[in-house]
Amino acid sequence: MNKFTQFVKSFSLWELLLGMNLTGRYLFKPKVTIQYPEEKTPMSPRFRGLHALRRYENGEERCIACKLCEAVCPALAITIDSEEREDGTRRTTRYDIDLFKCIFCGFCEEACPVDSIVETHIFEYHFENRGDQIMTKEMLLEIGDKYEAEIAANRQADAPYR
Amino acid sequence: MIDSIINVSVDLWNWFPPGWQTFLEILGKIILIVLPLMIAVAYTTYAERKIISYIQVRIGPNRVGPRGWLQPIADAVKLMFKEIVLPTNANRFLFLFAPILSIGPALAAWAVIPFDRGMVLTDLDAGLLYILALTSIGVYGVIIAGWASNSKYAMMGALRSAAQIVAYEIAMGFALVGVLMASGSLNIGMIVEGQSGGLSSWFIWPLLPLFLVYFISGVAETNRAPFDVAEGESEIVAGFHVEYSGMAFAVFFLAEYANIILIAALTAIMFLGGWLSPFEGLAFAQGTWLAETSMLWFFAKTALFIFCFLWFRATFPRYRYDQIMRLGWKVFIPVTIVWLFVEAVMVVAEIGPWAA
Repeated sequence: MNKFTQFVKSFSLWELLLGMNLTGRYLFKPKVTIQYPEEKTPMSPRFRGLHALRRYENGEERCIACKLCEAVCPALAITIDSEEREDGTRRTTRYDIDLFKCIFCGFCEEACPVDSIVETHIFEYHFENRGDQIMTKEMLLEIGDKYEAEIAANRQADAPYR
Repeated sequence: MIDSIINVSVDLWNWFPPGWQTFLEILGKIILIVLPLMIAVAYTTYAERKIISYIQVRIGPNRVGPRGWLQPIADAVKLMFKEIVLPTNANRFLFLFAPILSIGPALAAWAVIPFDRGMVLTDLDAGLLYILALTSIGVYGVIIAGWASNSKYAMMGALRSAAQIVAYEIAMGFALVGVLMASGSLNIGMIVEGQSGGLSSWFIWPLLPLFLVYFISGVAETNRAPFDVAEGESEIVAGFHVEYSGMAFAVFFLAEYANIILIAALTAIMFLGGWLSPFEGLAFAQGTWLAETSMLWFFAKTALFIFCFLWFRATFPRYRYDQIMRLGWKVFIPVTIVWLFVEAVMVVAEIGPWAA
C-alpha cells in the first residue's frame, strides 16, 4: 500500500504542486524591498559611521592626546602626534584616521575618556582621489561641529546602557 | 496627397515581376513575425526578472523607465557595446557560428506556427515533423559553442546539454505522436481544428500524461531550471556560454527565450487548442467575442505557459545530473509508450473522443 501511494503521489506531481502553491502565494505577498535612496531603514543611536572629533561647549577641543584610541585601534588606523600648548595643556598636532584601514569597530569611541572621538550616523560618503581617505584633525573637528547636536542626542540616548 | 501616395505605391508594386512580388510578400510576413517575436523575447526577460523577484518578495527592476519597462532595452544596448572576446586557440569560425546556429532554428520554427485560422506563414502538411526536426537542430548550437570555446567548463556544459536533449527529444517526439494519433494529421492547423468544440474537447484531457511529459520535456529541451545543468552556474560557471560576451552572448540569450516562447506556443497549440476559444458552445458567451476564435486566445494560452516556465524556475532546485537521465529514460519514455498503447486501444475500440 505504501508503495502504491508513493507511486500515485509521484505521478500526480503532488510534491511539486505543493511547492508551486507555496511560491504562488508568495507572488502576491507584500514586498520587503527598501527602495534605498528614497527609503531608509531606521538607525540605532549606536550606529558606527564616519568619525568625528567633538568640542566642549566653550569651543575647546575635547581631545587631550592620551592616545588610548591609537593604542586600542585593532586596525592601526589612527595616528596621533602631540605637543604642549602655551597654556600648558597637552593637545594633538596631528590626528589622522585612515578610513581604508578602519574597520568601524567603535573601540576608539569606547576607549576615549573625554568622549572626544565618536562615530556618527554618516555612512554615505566616497573618495575620488588617492589620499582622500585620510581624515585629518581639521576634517574630523569640522564634522564634529556640524553634527554636534545629533551626536550629543545619540550619546544621551545610549548613556543608560554604557 | 494620400491618393497619390497610394497610386505611386500600387504602381511600384505592379512594376515588380510576379516572382519578386511573392518574395517581397513572404519577406514582409517574416518581418511581421520576427519583429514582434524579438520584442516578446525582450519582454520575457523582463517578465522573468519581475516574476521571480515577486516570488522572492522583492520588487525587481524598477529604475529604467516607468516601472522598469525600458530595462530590456537598456540591457540590449549594453550588450551591443560590449567587446566580443575571442578566447585563445578557440575555433574562430565555429565560435561565432554557434550562436547563429542556435537562434536560426528557434526563429525558423515559427514559419509553421498558426496564430489564427489561416494566419500562418507556411501551411505545411508535415508541420509537426518540421518543428521536431528544427528544434533538434538547436542543440548543435550548444554543442558547437561548447567545443569551439576551447574551455573545460564549456565542453562539460555542452556534453551535459547534448545528453539531456537527446534523452528528452525522444519522450517529446512520442508525446507528439500521441497528438497526431488524436488529430490524424501532421498539419498544425488541422491539429488545432481537431480540438474545436470548447474546453472539454481539447487534447489536454484525453492526453493528460502526454501533456505533462511534453511540457516537462520542453522545459528540459530549453535547458531551463530545474533542468539547467548545461548552464549550472554553481557547478560549471555558465556551461556552454562561459566564454561568450557581448552580442554573441546576447544571441544565445535570445535563442533561449525564443525557444521558451516556441515551446509555450507549441504546448498551447497541441494541447490547449491554439486559437480556439475556451467558451465555445457555452450559452452565456454565445455571440460575443468570448466565443469567437481569435489570436487573443492563442497569445493568452502561450503567456500562461511562459508564466509556468518562470514559476518553475522560481520554485524548483536544480535536478542532479543522473536524476535527469533517470527521469528522461526510465520514466518519461515508458510513460509515453504506455499511454500511446492505451490511446491506440481507445482509437481501435472507438472509445472516448475518437469514435470516428
